[in-house]
Amino acid sequence: MDWVLGHLDDIGSYTVQHAWLAGVPLVLGLLIAVPLGWLSRQYNWLYTPLVVGTGLLYTIPSLALFILMPLLLGTTILDPLNVVVAMTIYTLALLVRTVADALRSVPDSVTASATAMGLRPLRRLFTVELPLAVPVISAGMRVAAVSNVSIVSVAALIGVPQLGSLFTDGFQRDFLDPIVSGLVACVVLALLFDLVIVAATRLLTPWLRTGAPTGRAA
Amino acid sequence: MIRFDSVTKEYPDGTVAVGGLDLTAPDGKITVLVGPSGCGKTTSLRMVNRMIEPTGGRILVDDKDTAKMDAAELRRGMGYVIQQAGLFPHRTVADNIATVPRLLGWDRRKSRSRSLELLERVGLPGEYADRYPHQLSGGQQQRVGVARALAADPPVMLMDEPFSAVDPVVREQLQDEFLRLQSDLGKTILFVTHDIDEAVKLGDQVAVLRVGGQIAQVADPATLLGDPHDDFVADFVGRDRGYRGLGFRTAPVLEPSPEPTVRLGAGVDEVRRSGDQWLLVADDDNRPLGWVEPSRITAPLVTEDLHRGGTVAVLGGSSRAVLDAALSAPSRRGVLVDDDGRLVGTVTLAEVAAAIEQAVGRGKR
Repeated sequence: MDWVLGHLDDIGSYTVQHAWLAGVPLVLGLLIAVPLGWLSRQYNWLYTPLVVGTGLLYTIPSLALFILMPLLLGTTILDPLNVVVAMTIYTLALLVRTVADALRSVPDSVTASATAMGLRPLRRLFTVELPLAVPVISAGMRVAAVSNVSIVSVAALIGVPQLGSLFTDGFQRDFLDPIVSGLVACVVLALLFDLVIVAATRLLTPWLRTGAPTGRAA
Repeated sequence: MIRFDSVTKEYPDGTVAVGGLDLTAPDGKITVLVGPSGCGKTTSLRMVNRMIEPTGGRILVDDKDTAKMDAAELRRGMGYVIQQAGLFPHRTVADNIATVPRLLGWDRRKSRSRSLELLERVGLPGEYADRYPHQLSGGQQQRVGVARALAADPPVMLMDEPFSAVDPVVREQLQDEFLRLQSDLGKTILFVTHDIDEAVKLGDQVAVLRVGGQIAQVADPATLLGDPHDDFVADFVGRDRGYRGLGFRTAPVLEPSPEPTVRLGAGVDEVRRSGDQWLLVADDDNRPLGWVEPSRITAPLVTEDLHRGGTVAVLGGSSRAVLDAALSAPSRRGVLVDDDGRLVGTVTLAEVAAAIEQAVGRGKR
């Protein structure tokens, strides 16, 4: 406990760094997953290659991906950009399927009537399909957020500072305090992410919070 | 006017959904496309607003080739109603109705007041404006669907089985209101259904399609029922077509006989005075309530004594209604009322039959 009180500054800055490394890719991943998911809905033949292809990215071991990044991006090994890009790839792996399935979950009668009223495809996507896909996308985002918070810690092994650094520190010194505080901070951060996503979802889906059918008559 | 000019839809695998359809839907009339599943009726409808592109032929709306128009613009000029209403679950009723007006650039206030006006028009209270679709029953949602299609006052309406997903009682109500609405608005309507009863009830003109999207017969409902073109149409139109055809004939000239009535609360003596087997009961405004059997009455008349089987026909209504009134009355005397529902008199089954026979003309032996 003394150790924690003495290192609040470190834990704080690690947490901020961790949040940034896990959070930015979450947003970037979503921004890329939306057009890909939309394409896989517009062109049915694209669904399997896109969803399976991006899904496979998730099987690349994180350490390998972090180490590969400088080669692909021409960055230095310590550049946090490596982690951001790698985490974006993982987010994408989870979210392309989510977005594709979320858009497919919009009832045909709704998309058909939107089309029939003269909404062009892009307008239909932003004003009808995406708003209705929010609950499903949100579920996928929650999984991706927790997964990101967990995977980012591996980046400590390539020297990018965040909560994972507490694990390597504790391990090297055979000292439990930093490991436990890193773990707790990770869980708190994951919960915080979850809370933000749930709150945003509530805000974006006011119609889901209204009462059941009232009138039964015609 | 919507004109199909040898319109074909053939899919890459060789399936012909619609094979050379020629049909004209006249201005201000309801044209119904009816047929078994697989007859291409929905495909034909969706080719009008180009949700499905024809592979051959042309579709003209007011003599303009739809293929040469911008698809989204074309659609904004056509109301479209589908089976499940297809309302946007994330938008309020008012916003749903305002969809096309907003697309056309109307401002918020004008769109809103148009929504409220249409809600009233389709028989829904104004306080429904700010509800979400899932807070409404299926029938109410379908009314909103009709209101939404009417929002920008398009001259053409496309309706794809709009009343099929609601229960029979609500369906009948929606159909009646739809006809009333149409008599005010006079839209050019193309209406798809698989239900021949709905087709003959709603259509000014009914096109029966057979599998493969070919027209078996185009006719007004009375002709369709009275003179089916071939076995397929006769079969599809179904049984009882002679009787159902009477629904399109104004009742023949009838001379109703006066019918004595009693009021509820009448004593046993009063009820039995006439000596007739059945006696008609009416309320204070002379609106018929039902028949009673005097021989069974042992105490002053109460509502429970009434026989409920008899239907009532409006004088000047359809032959079918008059015949049904005579058939259903336990006394076999059909009750006729005026437009306000007040008793005019009764006619016997024989009188109705004779009058109908006179009206349709005797066939030569």
